[in-house]
Amino acid sequence: MIKHFINFEWKQFFRSSYWQKSIGLNILLGFFALYMIASFLILGVAIYPLLKQKYPESDPLIIVNGFLFYWFLSDLLMRFFLQKLPVMNVKPFLILPLKRRKIVNYILQKSAISFFNFLPLFAVIPFGVILIFEDYSTTTAVVWMLTMILFSLIINFVNFIIESKSAETELSFLPIIVLASVLFGLNYFEIISFSTLVASAMNAIIENPILIIVPILVLVSVYATNFSILKKKLYVDASLKAKTEIANSSTMEWTKKFGSIAPFLQLDLKLLLRNKRPRSSIFILAIGLLYGLFFYPQKIYIEQEWLYVFVGTFVTGIFMINFGQFIPAWDSGYYKLLMSQNIKYKEYLNSKYSLMIMVSILMFVLSIPYVYFGWKILVVHFAALIYNLGVNVYVLLFAGSFNRKKIDLTQRAAFNYQGTGAVQWLVGFPLLLVPVGIFLLPYFTLGFEAGVATLIILGVIGIVFHQKLMNIITKKYLQSKHKMINAFDQNN
Amino acid sequence: MIKATELSKKYGGNTVLNIPSLEVPKGQTFGLVGNNGAGKTTFFNLLLDLIKPTTGTIINNEIQVNKSEDWKPFTAAFIDESFLIGYLTPEEYFYFIGELRGMNKADIDTFLAQFEEIFNDEILGKKKYLRDLSKGNQKKAGIVAALIGNPEVIILDEPFANLDPTTQIRLKKILSDLTKDSKSTVLISSHDLGHVTEVCERIVVLDKGDIVKDLKTSEETLKELESYFSV
Repeated sequence: MIKHFINFEWKQFFRSSYWQKSIGLNILLGFFALYMIASFLILGVAIYPLLKQKYPESDPLIIVNGFLFYWFLSDLLMRFFLQKLPVMNVKPFLILPLKRRKIVNYILQKSAISFFNFLPLFAVIPFGVILIFEDYSTTTAVVWMLTMILFSLIINFVNFIIESKSAETELSFLPIIVLASVLFGLNYFEIISFSTLVASAMNAIIENPILIIVPILVLVSVYATNFSILKKKLYVDASLKAKTEIANSSTMEWTKKFGSIAPFLQLDLKLLLRNKRPRSSIFILAIGLLYGLFFYPQKIYIEQEWLYVFVGTFVTGIFMINFGQFIPAWDSGYYKLLMSQNIKYKEYLNSKYSLMIMVSILMFVLSIPYVYFGWKILVVHFAALIYNLGVNVYVLLFAGSFNRKKIDLTQRAAFNYQGTGAVQWLVGFPLLLVPVGIFLLPYFTLGFEAGVATLIILGVIGIVFHQKLMNIITKKYLQSKHKMINAFDQNN
Repeated sequence: MIKATELSKKYGGNTVLNIPSLEVPKGQTFGLVGNNGAGKTTFFNLLLDLIKPTTGTIINNEIQVNKSEDWKPFTAAFIDESFLIGYLTPEEYFYFIGELRGMNKADIDTFLAQFEEIFNDEILGKKKYLRDLSKGNQKKAGIVAALIGNPEVIILDEPFANLDPTTQIRLKKILSDLTKDSKSTVLISSHDLGHVTEVCERIVVLDKGDIVKDLKTSEETLKELESYFSV
């Protein structure tokens, strides 16, 4: 049976119209993966000699163990944002002569062969091998490597528990961010020193290999927890069928001010508020707004003026990037209706445009307090806003006409917790990095003001040619209309 | 009103629709029957410019549908559930469609009042989103939405499927009223020979993309269709 499952998924992947359109994106993902592998490999090979050189009198293994807590925490965070519980459309299998156990076990075990479980090996194995060459006993090195693999798997399954819980509460990223910050905070202020705890646990296991039974037991128990969570969801009335929500009607009269785009604006706002997946773009606003606090309080960052461009584009453009890259896929479920109704494409696109620029301006206004860290930040944020309004918004709208992947707002696809993966973040990078690049050239040759002016001028050019650009974009959408209808008609 | 010339649709080398010529005059109730794969939905999709014809043209009230979008204001359709917006309540959905067709809330409320019987207290004011309604109720909402704004051309794909018997009977009455004073042209498809013969003035039978029969409905039509399909 497993053979069939794998076969089905293979077909689902390669027969979807998404695959055929996004080879470029897949290649990009491939490069990203290679980059990560290379980084881990270098880390694994270089860390031992580096530590030996810097702290000749300490044991590198003990130092490494002291940092394991941070390693695990960042591993968990990375997985939460990039790894998805393998999605499988289980409904057709439920009535076939198949044990439910088997389906669940398959889904969980498949997740164990995820890229994210292999990635740490590229650092762990070289380091372990070096340990053997450096006079450590082979048992120590092997036990250490095994324990690391076990921890990787534990984090793998813990992540899925967190994902499924946060999907239920619809708080999206909030729980993981809170959890990670609390753990980090407790550790940082040494209220509970998790790094020491993890380090002593690891040291104990190395000294007394029989203790490896403890992580094994933990792994078994997190697996069992996942198993029972998933098994409960395997009923048509539990998760496969969306829960009936009590509808709240609202007329949103205030949108009337926007004239002909008002009905679409209402539709978009309802789309954002009433569906789980787009709702996460609202939560992400909070994260985006606080993103600056990550950099600005620290001296090494505040001296790097080009970094303001990155943060500014991020803060004012976060919604744009998150929401904009799925235009028009948000409406894929009823795209045929929109295409046969009395709708002008331009108005439809203008409504999306208005929504994105309104949120961007709002984000800029909310980010004004960053002026506390220096007036230059405010200036750069403003320039980044103008750049977003004049360049990025059109890039996103234009890119949307290449969108061929349906988004299932009703979430019938079971286990599709976040619906976002590495791809979504990858698309954002060029939008964030290009303005930094544009800023850097005049900044280094002519100075700060020239960099800011370049961004603003580019943005203003875009804004001035709004009508022209929208006409070009509309034309592009009209050209790909039939392809989009066809792609959105497919289920995967 | 609607005129198809040399219309064909091919997927790969496979012809799914081939209509040398078909004309539906204004005010007609036009029925399309045929087994699965006969090309009924393909024809409707072509008429709505949701797919591109391989050859030929469709003209809807003097407007070639894949050249201009001007047919949209007077044409309405309900093909399948993908014409519904799942996260709206039925009322919001009707208001949205109404707004696109130049009707305000009050107009829509008056309009909806005449469907009270069909809605049977299960659709309006229930505080439910369309996605949470049953298949049958979704269909009712979709069909009613297609009637908003007195469109001149109404296209319904399998309107009777999934509906309860009472609604089927009421829908038949509504459809024949629509064309009574030859205001609207109604195009429907159905697998239920009884219903189409009752509602439609003219029935066209499609088989693997070809028109095999073009009948003006009479007493014998049902018998003729039944004998045709009982091969």
